[in-house]
Amino acid sequence: MSDGVRIILPAVLRELADGASELVVPVGVEAVSLRTVLDTAFVTRPLIRARIRDETGALRRHVNVFVDGQDVRRIGGLDLLVGPGAVVHILPSVAGG
Amino acid sequence: MTRTLVAIGTRKGLWLARSNDRNTWSLDGPHFLMREVPSIGIDTRHGQPRLLVGVRSEHWGPTIMRSDDLGQSWDETPEGAIHFPEDTGAAVERVWQITPDVHDDDVVWASTEPQALWHSADRGETFSLVRGLWEHPHRPEWGAGFGGAAIHTILPHPTDSAEMLVAMSTGGVYRTADGGESWTASNTGIKAPYQPDPWPEFGQCVHKVARDSANPARLYAQNHHGVYRSDDNGGTWTSIAGGLPTDFGFTVVAHPSRGDTLWLIPVTADRERVPPGGQLQVQRSSDAGASWMTCSEGLPAPSYTCVLRDAAAADTHEQAGVYFGTRNGEVYASVDEGESFARIAEQLPDVLCVRAAVLR
Repeated sequence: MSDGVRIILPAVLRELADGASELVVPVGVEAVSLRTVLDTAFVTRPLIRARIRDETGALRRHVNVFVDGQDVRRIGGLDLLVGPGAVVHILPSVAGG
Repeated sequence: MTRTLVAIGTRKGLWLARSNDRNTWSLDGPHFLMREVPSIGIDTRHGQPRLLVGVRSEHWGPTIMRSDDLGQSWDETPEGAIHFPEDTGAAVERVWQITPDVHDDDVVWASTEPQALWHSADRGETFSLVRGLWEHPHRPEWGAGFGGAAIHTILPHPTDSAEMLVAMSTGGVYRTADGGESWTASNTGIKAPYQPDPWPEFGQCVHKVARDSANPARLYAQNHHGVYRSDDNGGTWTSIAGGLPTDFGFTVVAHPSRGDTLWLIPVTADRERVPPGGQLQVQRSSDAGASWMTCSEGLPAPSYTCVLRDAAAADTHEQAGVYFGTRNGEVYASVDEGESFARIAEQLPDVLCVRAAVLR
């Protein structure tokens, strides 16, 4: 069990993370915002960052982010506080034709 | 041996058609399956051609990919090739146009939705925003056509590197004469029939502009109703729609080396976006729009498809090849300058962009 925040990547983004299916972001005892967690996770992987959020920092409309199974758009968005042990899933929404 | 490359950007990926004789074609693809490809630049200025491709995922956003081996492998700038500076508060939605410069072999221009022009000095690996146009006082009043609020046309001037013309839907034509520092609306004579004042300074829904290859002051514009020519570098425009079956359409292509020759692909009307009379056709003029010839040999009827603004192009052979793709995924080629067409691809997704080049 990690003390960090686990970020589970969708298959389509794993090639941009050298094949990794998940990343772990170390966090202290204090909870930090999801925005900070994502910034930290992708600071050396700007192409993944750009896939998930546009250059204003907003989540892309058809990208869903779940923290411990809950859609963050319903529970505080990128300001949501997350702490050690949290699991972040990044998934494409159901869309397209 | 010369080879001809036709790059086909669609709603769901990129295909590359190649031919040694322009009669038999091989089709390579899809590249970027399930991502739309609204813009393609084929840079043949250096020894090894470079493909620059605007790619956009509904989920994962837009980017620019490049290939220096004709699509065998693709690279993406690690920090991303194109993104708005933080102070703008804007985000790129879609890359609409990628245009190699005609003066500097390392310069590439791009344009995007929202309406912005971009400059690259490293062959398309990184782009910077052209602030002069971004900060234009008209910006708050520029609108969004159904395709999006985009600059879709970039025309560098072939003899004056400080001059350039861009066009957008809606907003119209803008020109700079000082290398992009300042821009002037340039729509005198272009009608905006959907506005209370049909002759505004700007706000026209210009769909595409092409520059005459022999006379750089001569321009052709396909408008949202209206086909125009300018003989003074965009200063004023006059109608050349007389003799056409309709004045609506999206695309216009100028002959790459012979002046006064251009092609349009007419669409019946704003509210009837199908070929006139159900006959897919190209209209060709060899006298700068004074008269028109219907080119339909080899094209289907009845047809209820449509050809979008960037879905047509010419190659640079002396006898120019003319290529266009349809919204129902067919691509047609003419090697006799429009006299007749042959289908070179079918069953593709909706075609958004076609670009052609001669590879030597």
